[in-house]
Amino acid sequence: MSIETRDVTKKFGQFVALDHVSLEIPSGELVALLGPSGSGKTTLLRIIAGLEFADSGTVRFHGEDITGRSARDRRVGFVFQHYALFRHMTVFENIAFGLKVRPRHLRPSKEQIRAKVEDLLELIQLKNLANRYPSQLSGGQRQRVALARALAVEPSVLLLDEPFGSLDAKVRLELRRWLRQLHDEVQITSVFVTHDQEEALEVADRVAVMNEGRIEQVGSPDEVYHHPATPFVYNFLGNVNLFHGRVDEGQTSIHDAATGQLLYVRPHSLEIHRQPNGASHFRATIKHIHSAGPLVKVEAVSEWGNAVYVEMSQEQFRSLGLSKEELVFIVPKDVRVFQETRK
Amino acid sequence: MAGAISLTPRDISATRQVARTATAESALIRWTLIGAAVFFLVVFLFFPLAVVFSEALAKGVATYWNSLRQPDAVAAVRLTLLAAGIAVPLNLVFGVAASWAIGKFEFVGKSLLTTLIDLPFSVSPVVSGLIFVLLFGLQGLLGPWLAAHDIRIIFAVPGIVLATIFVTFPFVARELIPLVQAQGQEEEEAAMALGASGWQTFFRVSLPNIKWGLIYGVILCNARAMGEFGAVSVVSGHIRGLTNTMPLHIEILYNEYQFVAAFAVASLLALLALATLVVKSAVEWRARRRNGHSANWNEEEVVA
Repeated sequence: MSIETRDVTKKFGQFVALDHVSLEIPSGELVALLGPSGSGKTTLLRIIAGLEFADSGTVRFHGEDITGRSARDRRVGFVFQHYALFRHMTVFENIAFGLKVRPRHLRPSKEQIRAKVEDLLELIQLKNLANRYPSQLSGGQRQRVALARALAVEPSVLLLDEPFGSLDAKVRLELRRWLRQLHDEVQITSVFVTHDQEEALEVADRVAVMNEGRIEQVGSPDEVYHHPATPFVYNFLGNVNLFHGRVDEGQTSIHDAATGQLLYVRPHSLEIHRQPNGASHFRATIKHIHSAGPLVKVEAVSEWGNAVYVEMSQEQFRSLGLSKEELVFIVPKDVRVFQETRK
Repeated sequence: MAGAISLTPRDISATRQVARTATAESALIRWTLIGAAVFFLVVFLFFPLAVVFSEALAKGVATYWNSLRQPDAVAAVRLTLLAAGIAVPLNLVFGVAASWAIGKFEFVGKSLLTTLIDLPFSVSPVVSGLIFVLLFGLQGLLGPWLAAHDIRIIFAVPGIVLATIFVTFPFVARELIPLVQAQGQEEEEAAMALGASGWQTFFRVSLPNIKWGLIYGVILCNARAMGEFGAVSVVSGHIRGLTNTMPLHIEILYNEYQFVAAFAVASLLALLALATLVVKSAVEWRARRRNGHSANWNEEEVVA
């Protein structure tokens, strides 16, 4: 089922959490709402769920206006950051809850509920823990139970609020791959909130980058990463070096002070040379070298005194043979310029 | 005093006990504190309790039994049960509603409401009783109107019930407010998103989560309702067989030098206190077993 928000605005006192947000999510897609804390992403998710109501604007499911409908009537599956499992119920009872509270004429029989719950336990690979209480489970297990509980009612959309936010790094990685797989199997329209760009880029079909209550850009992970629409997106989706300079007909020149345009360059788009090779370059002195990991990260200080971050492969690093305090020449390869239209 | 003496032993034990934690005190201080606590417990609790029972049974079981079967004594027990029987359920409903309002919602006057709930704790019970006399007494604010309609509140059963409700109304609410606040609303939101109605959410999710705190609050509330003296004394008028609760009856008997009878009735209240303690411990034990570490309600109120 498709989801559409149009001109949704929400204020908490003086604070504008959402400022005329319009977003369309086609049926069956897995979309990430990505942004720093306070960007409004969780508020938008809760408004889609019906746990919060917009001051103005509309929410549509499958073209139908459901703005005024309560969470109860929206048939959404919601997964909370801190799981929100019912602590006095077992895993089995937690998953069965949504089916048991249905009005009598819609409620499946006891056997049907049991069969459904067992299917879901199979899906989350926790069959042997059906009689445990939430307090007896690990964080990753709790989150899977929360997911199974949300799926039990066969929701039309699945909404996840920082689903992996409170898990440790390893479990997090495992669980997000699992979520991706699950989505490929179940094909339910899903929206998840995250502040982790890597998570968003890896899991989602499309990413909506949010900042200060507005959506900066919506696109595939590839699009938002390689073709960021705004400086904020560029900044948020990876490390960045900022220079002043100008780009004329493909020719980049970088100069010192606060003159010219702002140039954005990713650390891996800077090339280090030991000799000037004719291309437009600037001088820098190497300060630190971090060579643990797949990439070598070099910190240098430019001739104008700015910090510069460069990333290169281990091979490149070895063939260059750089050392600390060495004077090098840096050539920007891929420079991004944003027209100063905002702020 | 203890600090000066313990200086050297503490230094020695610090080098000897490797496994000691940073906050643990030396053995001397520990035993001094435990000793002091036990001493106070014996002198102010066990000893008086023993006296109550030994005085009550001083002239044999038959006399004890007889004094409990006096019509006035039976009437006092009945009135006490009635007052508690009305006050406790009412305060249960009020306590749940108030803790809900305070724990889950933001509204104007919230801190005022929290303060007002504590009022019966901070005001002397005698003053609480006087408030009702000033309101409902013959010379009181509503007195003439009540008299004209032949409604008696002061020096009658309704007054006693009212005073009991007033004095005991913080117990359940105070017990639940921190509990409800700590739990937040995520579980309720989850239940709602899963399609549960308001009542289903309350009975299947909210209530089970506060169940043990609620039972604990009710136990304390009941103990206080049955044992209340000051406020009830002011509004009762001490009419034998009619407006005397157990504590009031005990006082009258005692003042008339009927020590055995006085202590016999007192022993009933003491038994109630003991039973309350047993139930309370059982509830705490169960709650701790069920919720692991989450049974963290405050222990500040002592059984009245």
